[in-house]
Amino acid sequence: MVSAALEFEPDAAIAAPGGAPAGARLDVQGVSHGYVLNKAILPVLHDITLHANPGDFIALLGASGCGKSTLLRLVAGLDRPRRGRLQVDGVEITRPDPSRVIMFQDPTLFPWRTVWNNAALGLEARGELKHGRARVDEVLSLVGLDNFHHAYPHQLSGGMAQRAALARALVNDPRLLLLDEPLGKLDSLTRLTMQGEITRLWQQRGFTVLMVTHDVEEALHMAQRVIVFSERPARIRADLQVDLPYPRRRDDPELLRLRREALGLLGLESSW
Amino acid sequence: MSAIAGVNPATTHELFVLDEDVPRPTPLLGFAGLAWFAAATLVLAWPDVQEVERTELLGTLAAGIGGLLLLTWTVGWIVPSLARLGSHWAAWLVVLAVWLSAWEVVTAKLDALPLPFFASPQAFLEVYTDDYARLFDCLWRSMFLHAKGYVIGSALGFVSGVALGMSTRIGYWVHPVLRLIGPLPATAWIPLAFFIFPSSASASVFLIGLACWFPTTVLTWSGVSAVSTAYYDVARTLGASQRFLVLKVAIPAALPHVFVGLFMGLGSSFAVLVVAEMLGVKAGLGWYLQWAQGWAAYANMYADLFIMALMCSTMITLLFRLRDRLLAWQKGLVQW
Ligand SMILES: Nc1ncnc2c1ncn2[C@@H]1O[C@H](COP(=O)(O)OP(=O)(O)O)[C@@H](O)[C@H]1O
Ligand SMILES: [Mg+2]
Repeated sequence: MVSAALEFEPDAAIAAPGGAPAGARLDVQGVSHGYVLNKAILPVLHDITLHANPGDFIALLGASGCGKSTLLRLVAGLDRPRRGRLQVDGVEITRPDPSRVIMFQDPTLFPWRTVWNNAALGLEARGELKHGRARVDEVLSLVGLDNFHHAYPHQLSGGMAQRAALARALVNDPRLLLLDEPLGKLDSLTRLTMQGEITRLWQQRGFTVLMVTHDVEEALHMAQRVIVFSERPARIRADLQVDLPYPRRRDDPELLRLRREALGLLGLESSW
Repeated sequence: MSAIAGVNPATTHELFVLDEDVPRPTPLLGFAGLAWFAAATLVLAWPDVQEVERTELLGTLAAGIGGLLLLTWTVGWIVPSLARLGSHWAAWLVVLAVWLSAWEVVTAKLDALPLPFFASPQAFLEVYTDDYARLFDCLWRSMFLHAKGYVIGSALGFVSGVALGMSTRIGYWVHPVLRLIGPLPATAWIPLAFFIFPSSASASVFLIGLACWFPTTVLTWSGVSAVSTAYYDVARTLGASQRFLVLKVAIPAALPHVFVGLFMGLGSSFAVLVVAEMLGVKAGLGWYLQWAQGWAAYANMYADLFIMALMCSTMITLLFRLRDRLLAWQKGLVQW
């Protein structure tokens, strides 16, 4: 598949510096994982294999509790898998790296930092803040938080907090962006707007996206590939290609067909 | 500020209400002024039965307070902040005038209470006019001694608390020591400390430090341990070093707990300060108490206790201010 990002002229001001390819390649090979629960191992992921080309937008779809967040944590390098291998651009993932930024299911903003300082966290942590102040301003205005630089997290609505968390991730110019139900806490209107915004950003920047969601329409509207997981322990049930141009129409017949297929794979064919 | 106010109509509404509600000085404040004048008249016009000095000074001071209150009441019609302040304390000021008059009557005027124990207001005042140099010196020495012990003890407590929370290897060595030594009251070390340390001052610094080290350590430790791992995950994925995780994640997140420890430490360190001064230091407000008791100077003891109370309460207030500053993000309303 040709990366959609290559078809777009990246915005000069916000393109990844250094001329490196914007998106990372991801290879997940035979990964199984589980957690120790009550002295037994609770299997969560079973033999997951998936490959993402640079600039791919892949959605992971599955029931709640099947292991989607677990897979993202493994890709982020926060945990090591019990079996199998994960590689980025051919290099083994052994620990977190700012080129792979994860946006967690909860915004987890630091309550003692203002929105601006939360967004600047990555730059500050790596000692790049001096040269990156304009970058922080720019990303905050991108997610529509221009007027809230000095607000503290407790002064934000749920949706604003998630946008601030998105800004905190984007500031680092990730090559692989891991999104864990990024729009889960938004009202349906903001949700639709943000779906468009994230897709637009991805097209501009050309990073690779791995997005977890339990919303079938959202997955089909945004991603080029939708990977459907089974119940826990998660296996890959299907890898659906969504070969539709952006911006997509929500009533596209092909989309509706895929939606029926995805719901069927999730065991919900009778419920819509 | 403007951004928040701009999107929140409730703010403008509240401002509007505040504008309407310009405070006027309450009549009670004027009454308090008159009550202090009455107290002054009582002090000056009624001849003393007890043999006391400073009656004139006491009367003048009471009249001065009365004049100041009447002035506040008058100016309060123009300056709203004065009106608010004066109106808030008006009831207290009336009660204080009544209390002073009653105290004056049963002691200096009627001699109704047994003397060395129940000193008159004049005697109380006389301690300050005649012995202020010594009292001031004691206050200064107490504060200096306490500050040394408290700063060293809480700083060490903070460091050991963070270390315990962050490193299992340090925890292995410090935890048993903490569990054994920590709960022991610092005062139990007094006889040993005065024997071991070269001077009684250094022994007191050690004791005061010990008294605040324990609560600060335990609460910093529990604060650091309670920091959500999600915060560390966020910082680690953004490229944070171990140093950043400690300084910019663990410590700010633990700060509310740390302050609880600092408050507890402040309380127990006051106790140790006073006891140490009574037993060994031969200076400071605690020593003054002991010394005044030696020749049954009860007025001096009351005057000393009053200063001590002011000192402790000021320290607590300062710590509260510091906390409000550092933890502004916790409160519903943030000042910019
Ligand atoms: N740290 C953990 N310890 C034990 N069990 C866990 C842990 N994290 C997740 N689990 C379990 O693993 C399963 C998958 O969790 P998760 O990956 O968060 O699911 P989801 O697909 O909803 O994101 C759940 O049943 C959850 O209870
Ligand atoms: Mg999840």
